[in-house]
Amino acid sequence: MWLDTLLFYFFALLTLTGGVLTVTRRNAVQSAVSLITALVGVAGLFLLQRAEFLFAVQIVLYVGGIMVLFLFVIMLVNLDEAARQRQFARQWWLALACVAAVVAEVVWFLQKGAGALRLPPAAPPPVPGPGNTETLADVLFSEYLLPFELASLLLLVAIVGSVIMAKKRI
Amino acid sequence: MLHPITTVHYLVLSVALLAIGTLGVLTRRNIVIILMSIELILNAVNINLIAFSRHFQHTTGQIFAIFVITVAVAEAAVGLGILIALFRNRQTVQADEIELLKW
Repeated sequence: MWLDTLLFYFFALLTLTGGVLTVTRRNAVQSAVSLITALVGVAGLFLLQRAEFLFAVQIVLYVGGIMVLFLFVIMLVNLDEAARQRQFARQWWLALACVAAVVAEVVWFLQKGAGALRLPPAAPPPVPGPGNTETLADVLFSEYLLPFELASLLLLVAIVGSVIMAKKRI
Repeated sequence: MLHPITTVHYLVLSVALLAIGTLGVLTRRNIVIILMSIELILNAVNINLIAFSRHFQHTTGQIFAIFVITVAVAEAAVGLGILIALFRNRQTVQADEIELLKW
């Protein structure tokens, strides 16, 4: 039990540190590497929550796919000029105030008392049955078949769109 | 000594990550980093979904997280494509220097 607690704090620290560094770094490559740290932390949290399939998806797709795409674009686009300029927009204090207000609201809601957040008691752990991936596939390919097919359509549109956007002359 | 981790812990973490990502979107000028902050926000949402999926022992949260990841991939691909087209035409990646629609 205490190992779970320790691992949670470790991965949470990894995620938050990576997130803060992503937002504050001047150099975009350093930002991207920090984002990889944050994404690995989130993957660890998925594993702690017994979502093994999403852990694998997070590592393969985010860290292996999206982040490589980001790094390629950083190398394609010349960011040296941008790194020398001002990094934050002029209305940063307004954004900070708005975000602080929202966070204070949510924390107040979570802290208000034991009865404020009425989560029903956690469901009992399931009896050992089919694994996480098998359960997910069962639900995804039966109950959520239409959204699944729509997602493939969305990806097709995204492929065509990004190729058209990045091409010099169509 | 150490408290066991509950669902509320994950919710608080998710709020913190959401705040960091929102701050990045609202304050940074570099479009690449704005896109990265959007990824942070989507990850905060995923943490939330997985936490509730675990809490209720229900698979739907994880299915939804898969769809969120799909949308994130599509968004990143199209967003970076737009960024390349923008850089080719305007030679800038600063969000507040792109002001054609500003009045």
